[in-house]
Amino acid sequence: MTLSYGTPLSRRFPSLTQQLPLISTAVVCALLYAIGSICYSGFFDASTFSEFFAGNAVLGVAAVGLTFVILSGGIDLSVGSMVGFVSILAGMMVERWHWSPALAVPAVLAMGCAFGLLAGVLIHVFELAPFLVTLAGMFVLRGLALTIAPDEGRITLNHEFFVWPTTHAIMMGHARIRLIGIFFVFIAVIAALALRYTRFGRNVYALGGNEQSALLMGLPVGRTKIAIYAISGFCSALAGIVACVDMGAGEPSAAMGLELDAIAAVVIGGTLLTGGVGTVLGTILGVLILGIIQTGLTLDGRLISWWTKIVVGALLLLFITLQKLLTKATARA
Amino acid sequence: MSTTIEPAPLPLVKTARPERWRLLWPLAALALIVLFNLIVTPRFLSIEIKDGRLYGITIDIVRRGSQVILLAIGMTLVIATGGVDLSVGAVMAVSGAATATLVVEHHWSPAPAIGVGLVLSLLAGAWNGILVALLQLQPIVATLVLMVSGRGIAQLITTGQIITFENPTLVFLGSGSIWGLPFAVVLALATLAAVGLLVRKTAAGLFIESVGNNPTAARFAGVNERLVKVMAYTVSGLCAGLAGLVAAGEIKGADANKVGLYYELDAILAVVIGGTALAGGRFMLVGSVIGALIIQAVTTSILTGGLKPELTQVVKGIVVIGVCLLYSTKFRRAVMAPFGRRRA
Amino acid sequence: MLRMKMTETEVLQARGIVKVFPGVRACDGIDFTVRRGEIHALMGENGAGKSTLLKVLTGAYQRDSGEILLEGQAISPRSPAHAQSLGISTVYQEVNLIPTLSVAENLFLGRQPKKWGRIHWSAMQRGAAAALSRLNVHLDVTRLLGSYSIAIQQMVAIARALDVSARLLILDEPTSSLDADEVRRLFDLLMQLRREGLGIVFVTHFLGQVYEITDRITVLRNGKLVGEYLTKDLPKLELIQAMMGRELAAFELRQRGDEPPAARATPFVQTTKLGRKHAVQDVDLDVAPGEVVGIAGLLGSGRTETARLLFGIDKPDEGEIVIDGRPTKLSSPRKAIREGFGFCPEDRKTEGMIPDLSVRENVALALQSGKGWIRALSKAKQRALADRFIKAINIATRDAETPVRNLSGGNQQKVILARWLASNPRLLILDEPTRGIDVGAKAEIQKLILSLAKEGMSILFISSELEEVVRCCSRVAVLRDRRKVDELRGDISEEQIMRSIAGGAA
Repeated sequence: MTLSYGTPLSRRFPSLTQQLPLISTAVVCALLYAIGSICYSGFFDASTFSEFFAGNAVLGVAAVGLTFVILSGGIDLSVGSMVGFVSILAGMMVERWHWSPALAVPAVLAMGCAFGLLAGVLIHVFELAPFLVTLAGMFVLRGLALTIAPDEGRITLNHEFFVWPTTHAIMMGHARIRLIGIFFVFIAVIAALALRYTRFGRNVYALGGNEQSALLMGLPVGRTKIAIYAISGFCSALAGIVACVDMGAGEPSAAMGLELDAIAAVVIGGTLLTGGVGTVLGTILGVLILGIIQTGLTLDGRLISWWTKIVVGALLLLFITLQKLLTKATARA
Repeated sequence: MSTTIEPAPLPLVKTARPERWRLLWPLAALALIVLFNLIVTPRFLSIEIKDGRLYGITIDIVRRGSQVILLAIGMTLVIATGGVDLSVGAVMAVSGAATATLVVEHHWSPAPAIGVGLVLSLLAGAWNGILVALLQLQPIVATLVLMVSGRGIAQLITTGQIITFENPTLVFLGSGSIWGLPFAVVLALATLAAVGLLVRKTAAGLFIESVGNNPTAARFAGVNERLVKVMAYTVSGLCAGLAGLVAAGEIKGADANKVGLYYELDAILAVVIGGTALAGGRFMLVGSVIGALIIQAVTTSILTGGLKPELTQVVKGIVVIGVCLLYSTKFRRAVMAPFGRRRA
Repeated sequence: MLRMKMTETEVLQARGIVKVFPGVRACDGIDFTVRRGEIHALMGENGAGKSTLLKVLTGAYQRDSGEILLEGQAISPRSPAHAQSLGISTVYQEVNLIPTLSVAENLFLGRQPKKWGRIHWSAMQRGAAAALSRLNVHLDVTRLLGSYSIAIQQMVAIARALDVSARLLILDEPTSSLDADEVRRLFDLLMQLRREGLGIVFVTHFLGQVYEITDRITVLRNGKLVGEYLTKDLPKLELIQAMMGRELAAFELRQRGDEPPAARATPFVQTTKLGRKHAVQDVDLDVAPGEVVGIAGLLGSGRTETARLLFGIDKPDEGEIVIDGRPTKLSSPRKAIREGFGFCPEDRKTEGMIPDLSVRENVALALQSGKGWIRALSKAKQRALADRFIKAINIATRDAETPVRNLSGGNQQKVILARWLASNPRLLILDEPTRGIDVGAKAEIQKLILSLAKEGMSILFISSELEEVVRCCSRVAVLRDRRKVDELRGDISEEQIMRSIAGGAA
């Protein structure tokens, strides 16, 4: 007695439907890149392309951390403020208090991690709404950043640790590839491997897919959830260090509103806001899409920068609606 | 015949506070802050009259708090339906930008310009409501869209500049006064009265509370759940529009980037402090107004106390978590457990 | 793992299980035994203590007293995960797996095979395919679980349970959303597992399936054990009698309303062939003004589903509803209310009451939503309305301003009844209106129903207590396995209804 099940037509290409969000993201990305290349000379060029990564490294690193959170069905609104706080805190430590970067960097990263951990505990143990906890976190961090900042507002970073990565680059032909761009890709690869090849990573997906089931299956739901927010805190702290390098300064009001761009990048990258579905690759594509839009709109004199926000908002809505329709379609099937 | 066996369900999340006492905590908190200030700054409560206007620290608090009061009034209705509106700051920017641009760049007279600003904010609210009620997106997500692009729209309207104006009517919105009181305060009170009448003299309040408390039961009782939500978000948009006009009038200009930045949390915080549960259900407009006053009083205390003004954000963040922890049954159980054991 | 010898030994012995909730003894000293290589049906109506017992066995609840032996070892499951590690696995009707992950992952979540510290995907997929083929199920394990039908998802859930080493498999209403063919396949699998010596608990509402596949039946009622029977020795009718019980009512004799006039009045509502997939089929009903029509049937037979179709909560996909002689589409409760319908849902906590609002507001809600937004009832009018009903139907509350969450179950039910009476409906649909409330309140509500009918209201009365169905109704529609199978009229007796539920024969 063997049971084999006939495949209805609609299910003939399951891998295609499974990957539909990612595929549509890739298509949008390619399309935008093609339009850019046709409209502007210099767009289709290795250095411009590498700048999509380097120019968005801060956003990218933060978005990678946020991918974990959104995959698990939560949200983290504090990433932008964390970048600002870390950038000024690291700046103060190194330039004013003369700490060695070897001490300062681990210290701020640990701080980011601990802050995320605290948010995770509030969310999991006391069952507070994630948006509320992280919204409060956004305030606290931004307030702290502005409080510890010196009177002149920002700190110029002259320490070799922050200068070296900007003076060095990898040359490919005549294209100059900045190190922070490579760093972003490096972090993304580690995150992607962790999500795919560790039990923790799979538990993140399970949590977002159905928390109740994950609990019944005996998965460590609480530990995973708290760790996820710690990772997001860690990644946004890391993004703060990248911001230091990128700006050559510690700036308390850096990355204002970055959380929105990061959420947009993750969602446009095909990660379901309800959790359970998504990839880091998608997030990279999402960051690229934002980068292409920004570069394209800046190159065009007529379309001025604020169109970015409107277009990003529209794309966000488009992808959310697409997700909604897709989940409805799968539910019906 | 024995009674039917049915496991009595554990009490649901929301704690029922006795009706009459619900305003007690926010009021007590406000009194405490006033008392504290009175000790630190003895002239805290003194009010003087100059040129027919009232001056004093308390008047200042109420005037500065009026924008958050306006936002909190709309936010209360949204939260009561079980949602949240993250776009209020961006909507403030849109209404201010539209009105200022029409008056300054297109030489409209103020009244129709204000009308356009308010209609835009009303549409923004309705848009949010439609996304939540008809497309059934989560409220955070749905309002996030406008939170992202709203400021872009505002900048588009002002073509990226800060539009400054001297038009007396517009300036009056932010810094004029009626009967000695700042106009912004009068406007906030009038809005409170209008929304209060709207929800208590029509069936809206009953519908909002039933939808927020138990959407299924409300639907089964014939309440039009979707319309209720659309209405709540629309009112919230309109309130944000009013707050945007006040904000523009106050600084005599429309700054699409900065106006209303981070006011979302202030408004949510005011509502939560005021005793409306984030989960929805019973709401208290007056409580939210008191909540907004508490926030402003704390801010002013920090400023007059000589602390860095940036610290207010830290304090607000911690207070919002603290208040939510107090309402969290899990936290109460965890904190009360040792006491309970000792008593037993 | 399933290579045990086929012996008549107990896998699970639960003795004297007691679980008390505030005010209720949900399990009152229940004994329950499952042997190796048997499929054991656990039967009981609402409130029998069935789901509480299962929750105690699977660790979702902690028992208050009694003992559980698993293969002779005393155990105390602390959580579903713990019970699973002990060897008690449950497969629920709503499959508790992760639809957004692949089949292979669902089989191995939390215990994925590793190689060099990383998840070994190909080994996992091979393992998954092997685990499934042991059950003679062959599918692409890399596909998302959610892309397969519920039937296959259940197979995967069973495979996971067995692979985690189950000694006792509990299937909680596994067949509710399967079609006939899928049920067949599930049964083939269950019979295979029985041959391999597993102990299986099978919970279902479908009597036919009980007789088709189970070896033994344990019946619970009102938190107590009624008995354990060999399936082949227990006629259907006796099973139904055991489940529904027969408790003598000392307080009142039958006082059914007068028989409606010889030529019955034209029906107010009439349905023909009303049905919805996976809910209920072939419902022909009609209710005339002044009539109380009962709907009887076991739990899960389609009673509530019928009410939901009639009230516009679910959309029927076949048949039609005729109101006052004109075919009408009821697409929402609001539309149904506009046609003069009212509905007291079975689960008043999640579907009926607005717990934080006062008695006054709960009573006024339906009337107000009918009047619309603008013509608001003043607080004084609402108050008067509430006070009138508090008096008229004896709602025990301190005053009209008390939140309904603070009232007892019976009084909450009365508040919801009052909500509909205030809006003066032409048809009142009552789904288990007396469930979970005390004897006195029960009698009052029954009396109220009869007097409303006398005033000309049409009433559709759903109840699992046959005694009150017999007492109140002049006609009874009988549902079995989600189909209307019979309509009784005239002098109806409880036995007649039970016979009809059992299917005439037996």
